[in-house]
Amino acid sequence: MLALVARRLMQLVPTIIIVSMMIFGLQQLLPGDPATIMAGEERDPEVIEQIRKQYRLDQPIPLQYVYWIKGVVKGDLGESMRLKEPVSRLVAQKLPVTLQLAAMAMLIAILIGVPAGIVSAVKKDTPWDYIVNVISLWGISTPNFWLGILMIFLFSVHLGWLPASGYVSPFENPWQSLKTTIMPAFVLGNSIAGVLMRHTRAAMLQALSSDYVRTARAKGLGETRVILAHAMRNALTPVITLGALEFGTLLSGAVLTEQIFTIPGFGKLIVDAVFNRDYAVVQGVVLVTSATYILLNLLADLGYILVNPRLRT
Amino acid sequence: MKAPLRLGLVALLAAPLLAGTALAQSSIRIGLAEDPDVLDPTLARTYVGRIVFSSICDKLFDIDEKLAVVPQLALSHETSADGKTVTIKLRPGVKFHDGEPLDAEAAKFSLDRHRTMQGSFRRGELSQIAAVEVVDPLTIKIQLKTPFSPLIAQLTDRSGMMVSPKAAKEAGDKFGQKPVCAGPYKFVERVQQDRIVVEKFADYWNKANVSIDKITYVPIADSTVRLANLKSGQLDLIERALATDLKDIRSTAGLKVATAYELGYQGLTINVGKGEAAKGPLGSDPRVRQALEAAIDREAIVQVVFNGEFKPGNQWINPDNAFYQKSLPVPKRDIAKAKKLLAEAGVKTPVPVDLMVPNNPETRQVAEVIQAMAAEAGFDIKIRVTEFATSLKEAEAGNYQAYILAWSGRTDPDGNIHSFASTGAPNNYSAYSNATVDAALNEARTKNGMPERMAAYQKAASQLLTDLPIVYLYHRLVIIAHRDRLEGYRQMPDGLVRVVGLKVKG
Repeated sequence: MLALVARRLMQLVPTIIIVSMMIFGLQQLLPGDPATIMAGEERDPEVIEQIRKQYRLDQPIPLQYVYWIKGVVKGDLGESMRLKEPVSRLVAQKLPVTLQLAAMAMLIAILIGVPAGIVSAVKKDTPWDYIVNVISLWGISTPNFWLGILMIFLFSVHLGWLPASGYVSPFENPWQSLKTTIMPAFVLGNSIAGVLMRHTRAAMLQALSSDYVRTARAKGLGETRVILAHAMRNALTPVITLGALEFGTLLSGAVLTEQIFTIPGFGKLIVDAVFNRDYAVVQGVVLVTSATYILLNLLADLGYILVNPRLRT
Repeated sequence: MKAPLRLGLVALLAAPLLAGTALAQSSIRIGLAEDPDVLDPTLARTYVGRIVFSSICDKLFDIDEKLAVVPQLALSHETSADGKTVTIKLRPGVKFHDGEPLDAEAAKFSLDRHRTMQGSFRRGELSQIAAVEVVDPLTIKIQLKTPFSPLIAQLTDRSGMMVSPKAAKEAGDKFGQKPVCAGPYKFVERVQQDRIVVEKFADYWNKANVSIDKITYVPIADSTVRLANLKSGQLDLIERALATDLKDIRSTAGLKVATAYELGYQGLTINVGKGEAAKGPLGSDPRVRQALEAAIDREAIVQVVFNGEFKPGNQWINPDNAFYQKSLPVPKRDIAKAKKLLAEAGVKTPVPVDLMVPNNPETRQVAEVIQAMAAEAGFDIKIRVTEFATSLKEAEAGNYQAYILAWSGRTDPDGNIHSFASTGAPNNYSAYSNATVDAALNEARTKNGMPERMAAYQKAASQLLTDLPIVYLYHRLVIIAHRDRLEGYRQMPDGLVRVVGLKVKG
């Protein structure tokens, strides 16, 4: 087990290096000049030249990469051209917000998606199955921004129960924090719940028709125990994979949802950075997200081992 | 023995009362359409940033409702007879947020910082200044390279913002992380893309007119969500509400609207001299551009896309501006004239036009309306929707024939035209060059009297509206909506939100 973790962590290094090169290289393909964009309406050519020098945009791209990666190794992700703030500080500000939102969304998705999938599989071809299917399809196919705006109109403007937007840290005020994040978390969780439900249902159906479940039933075990202890445990493996992938996607920023609820997370940060060609910010955020994504996959692998003892050898 | 007891009782009873007053601090939340860039007046460049600056950084001068220059941190100014020296008297007793005095040395420091700091975006605006001299503790003298009448107007914006020399020297280019100026509010904190918090500055020179204790600026990009926040009471004021939401805002109880036509314009920039694209009929023959203008019904654009709330225009300033040339009014649509002009030009119809359009829903709609109108006169407009940053790059390279481009506007008309129409100027995307226009625009800069400047602009306008390197289309209405508990809001023509004089009712 430890050897596996060590091996996987070793693999992380080359992956991150390749990712960092890709981020850097792909970004250079974006048309538009950061210095010009930064200058905005104040297009004094001399100032634009100064900015190019200051941020080493006048140097060859491989050299720019070397400067950047040298900093990254020392923990310095560079400085935002637009905000004149260190990227590491921006990341440190946004990462907890995004993590909180992603965790809440995942929790909501799991609480809705997994039980719904189990019910739907166990009660296959009954009205229960149809109802759950319809709801999950609705969840998958409802655009986030639309559901978000509808919820704002209902819960904030009409009923006045929840704040329409903004973010409060749970360390500042847990109750207020829950109130500000519950709507965006639900919007995000809702779409993932549908996907999770479909996968849980498929995996459960397969498990329920397998030999060991028949054996368990033949032994005279109660139906609840058969479903929860025998079938579900095996059915969870693909669900864990999917959960980790979806969680990773949430980390890279739920752009539209963050925009609508004005949640100051990664999504908003990276979108603003791309439109302003604030390269250092884009690079920093993508690097942190990819590293987290890779780590999450590692955790998912460890999760398989926990639910499936056969993989422990 | 009794007296101290009684005193103690009074104190005990008064304590919650005192606490009550402390709790009753008034605060408001203002919704911004974007997250501002760096909060350093020297390095800042966004419109939205100017809204925040208006609470933290006072300027030497300001504008009033009629766009006239009024003193703010300065008391008066005087231009020498040859126009090359401007003497500015400063307001006495003004302090920066860190307690440093605003004197002539500090004013010189701020102006020199704007002029010379690495990466300063104020350099261009102040490029006519040769030197700033300290005359006495409350007087500075600005020596100009050539007479430059827009100078005082420049000092009503970021170029005129004074920063604490002590704080600026200590922070260097990190000053924007904690700006220290001489405005009515002190900077408290900023969480990127979440909020900017400022609190009342106790030593403000005009503190009698500042009543709200704390202001939080919240960037909310989506206009529907911004309005929903205002309606639900989460925000007290929002800037740049949509014209299409005006009816809804006006009919909602508890909301009020303030409006002003923008200082800038929306226009169709035409490539007349940059690269291969300029060699087509549209770029090479002014008659073809005149035909395009004649085909466009500006009133219809405003009606169709903006519910009739914006103002059609044909010059770089809106028709209400004192510098608007009334002898050159907005022309009506005239298809017959357009067809005739195309025939005179001898071009083969339909005339193909590559129209580059920055990617936002309203601009796209404007482009589609123009496309349909121009088709009737004999133009075949191909709309090329392009992400904004990319479109600027394309425009610079000359890879376009027409380009829908906006300008946020400046107080002095010079700021709306000199950099766009003078030969080789930084914003001259058209690559337009005309000796008469160059001379007239330079003349308007050097003259101080209104009639002389009007005469110079008259010359420039009649040439520019014939050559049409830019077909001006309309001027947006800046729409500010606020809750009615907020009183004393006055809309200035620059569209910015000024917080001095604002009060919370009750």
